[in-house]
Amino acid sequence: MKKEVILSGFGGQGVMSIGKNLVEAAVAEDLEASWVPSYGPEMRGGTANCTVIISDGRIGAPLVERPSEVVAMNRAALAKFESRVAPGGTVFVNSSIIPDKVSREDVTAVYVPCDEIASELGNPKVANMVMLGAYVAATGALKRETIEAMIAEMFTGKKAKLVPLNLEALHRGMECGKPA
Amino acid sequence: MKREIWKGSEAIAEAAIRAGCRCFFGYPITPQNEIPEYMSLHMPQSGGVFVQAESELAAVNMVYGAAASGVRAMTSSSSPGVSLKQEGISYLAACQLPAVIVNVMRGGPGLGSIQPAQGDYFQATRGGGNGDYRTVVLAPANIQEAVDLTQEAFDIADQYRNPVVLLADGLIGQMMEPIVWKERTPRTLPEKTWAACGRGNRDHNNFITSLLIDAPSCEAHNLELHKKVLEMEKNECRWEEILLDDAEMVLVAYGTPSRVAQTAAENLRRQGIKAGVFRPITLWPYPYARLREIAALDRVKGFLTVEMSLGQMLDDVNLAVAERKPVKFYGRCGGKIPGVSEVERAVQEAWKEVK
Amino acid sequence: MTTIYRKTKGLQDTELHYCPGCAHGIVHKLIGEILEEMDALGTAIGVCPVGCAVFAGNYFSFDTIEAAHGRAPAVATAVKRTHPTQPVFTYQGDGDLASIGAAEIVHAAMRGEKFTTIFINNAIYGMTGGQMAPTTLIGQRATTAPLGRTKEQAGMPIRVAEMLSTLDGCVYAERVCVTDIPHLNKAKKALKKAFQRQMAGDGFTFVEVLAACPTNWGMEIDEANQWLMDNMAAYYPLGVIKDTEAM
Repeated sequence: MKKEVILSGFGGQGVMSIGKNLVEAAVAEDLEASWVPSYGPEMRGGTANCTVIISDGRIGAPLVERPSEVVAMNRAALAKFESRVAPGGTVFVNSSIIPDKVSREDVTAVYVPCDEIASELGNPKVANMVMLGAYVAATGALKRETIEAMIAEMFTGKKAKLVPLNLEALHRGMECGKPA
Repeated sequence: MKREIWKGSEAIAEAAIRAGCRCFFGYPITPQNEIPEYMSLHMPQSGGVFVQAESELAAVNMVYGAAASGVRAMTSSSSPGVSLKQEGISYLAACQLPAVIVNVMRGGPGLGSIQPAQGDYFQATRGGGNGDYRTVVLAPANIQEAVDLTQEAFDIADQYRNPVVLLADGLIGQMMEPIVWKERTPRTLPEKTWAACGRGNRDHNNFITSLLIDAPSCEAHNLELHKKVLEMEKNECRWEEILLDDAEMVLVAYGTPSRVAQTAAENLRRQGIKAGVFRPITLWPYPYARLREIAALDRVKGFLTVEMSLGQMLDDVNLAVAERKPVKFYGRCGGKIPGVSEVERAVQEAWKEVK
Repeated sequence: MTTIYRKTKGLQDTELHYCPGCAHGIVHKLIGEILEEMDALGTAIGVCPVGCAVFAGNYFSFDTIEAAHGRAPAVATAVKRTHPTQPVFTYQGDGDLASIGAAEIVHAAMRGEKFTTIFINNAIYGMTGGQMAPTTLIGQRATTAPLGRTKEQAGMPIRVAEMLSTLDGCVYAERVCVTDIPHLNKAKKALKKAFQRQMAGDGFTFVEVLAACPTNWGMEIDEANQWLMDNMAAYYPLGVIKDTEAM
């Protein structure tokens, strides 16, 4: 098993953070994982992206030319990375703010209205968690229970009240990502 | 053992603290700022000393001061900053002082770029500063190794009373991976009876100096240093062989490019080319002997050196292979990281010529 | 038989290489005496410069570290911070401190590093053979200012004690000389005070010693001392420049 995913969006949309979540969950499942951020002037431009690799074997190259999945949280991300997805791969599109459709026919497109769902749940900050749910459901890369346990660990003490909200966001995202 | 997820730079900083480093002196430069930032909080919490120096020169000379007075110390920087530190590294080597210098390499020459590169290979492996000396150069290829080698670096430095360089590229500094904090068995190290830490009841004062103004004493001192060079060459050489047991085409790479080479080798094997990777872990001392043995094997048809520089380690590969087999080269530089498919193509081209 | 004079235990029993009329030997002796009086010969750590005092560790009887040119304050920063209860000092000349090491001394003073700097200002590069220093006076000849320093070409000489006194981290700065016994006694008092304030943890302490270099000035000893009083002391006033509370 090997997943090579590029996650991209505006700074503040939490793409780096769900990238880290994928690594944490992979580690919890005794898999190998790596996370490489873009850094430097790119960051200052407002777009953030990271490359996450999850594998049941030793990870070689930590950057990928043809990712198995791309997670695009904004329009620029889709424009930049759609062409890079490996044939047969999957593109996750935050359809709340990306009006475009995936033009390639050799990849699967998963449209997730992350911001709309987050607003419905009353907290726009959980849009990334919706996307994480979609990714997990569509790829089957990681177990649902692992992610749920990770969320429970993420918010402790005063923040513990955020656990149900994030779980709800995750589950709503999973609905969107469920293979048809 | 519990696996924890750490970012490279922070992992190096924490590893140093756990290895008993009591002082950190740094100066901001991208892409290694996470090291001084981490140290500024955690070094004082562990009872140690953190100073943000006025320059890289000052930082390395603070390391020199701490080391001269018998305390484990480290500094970190990135390429242009490490050039400034060369003065101090030469003095550390001359005065036989143990210290650890981390270089998270970025593109060069000059100010260069802030993206990952390996253009400081020559500087690191040939001493770097003035005079006849070497530093052990450790080149991690993943975060676990960065942690292990950082801790080991302090022991190596103390054992030989010599500076040790941890040479990482920007990607190793920036990436996150799971690691475990292993139980270490520290080396048995000599007491620092030479340190200028206050004379106490000693029958003589310790005077740390590198000035030997008459040629015979300076030569004698150099020969003394050279004995250590030979010892380090004998004892400290490390490398890893990946998919090399039946390999016919050998990729030689360290740090991030070695990982790219590994993935390329896996792919190439599916295409019928038996590729493997020889990964030096110490860049000095360089594993010449082992590489020479590999070059002498009948099944091995050729080598491809992969770097994020334009043929620096290539010199060492050529020294080892000594024209027994063809040595080809593929490199990117200035902050560009070789892609897996680029390396595959380079191997395919090379293979056509050497098979 | 009664002992009326004994050499300080702060110095080794060895010959010094300094030229006749040079102040280094005198200042070494004063430092040795002070540290002996403070019972600190077993704990003191000196940091010496590149310059004529490069061999100071062969003369002092306590532990000494030779620093790279100008870097003594950086070296001493680490030594003091890792040995906070021990007396630490740098001993630097004008090329070392005021030229190549200008950044290091300014920042050590800014941080209020709790060590003492003893600055030997003889307005010339001694060891390399009489080149112009940042403290060379206007009109003074040097091998790199053969017609004498001009302000147009090299600017005006730097008054280090005054400059460092603008920094809050520097709590004590005094300028002294050792040309005769009364001045020498004052110099010793200043040096002792600097060490005492260091040990009290007050902040950075600084003593500038105006020193003659008859060899490179091309003068007889008496002539050199007179020239120092007439010219150097006129541009670099003797006395306490700064003496404030702990930072």
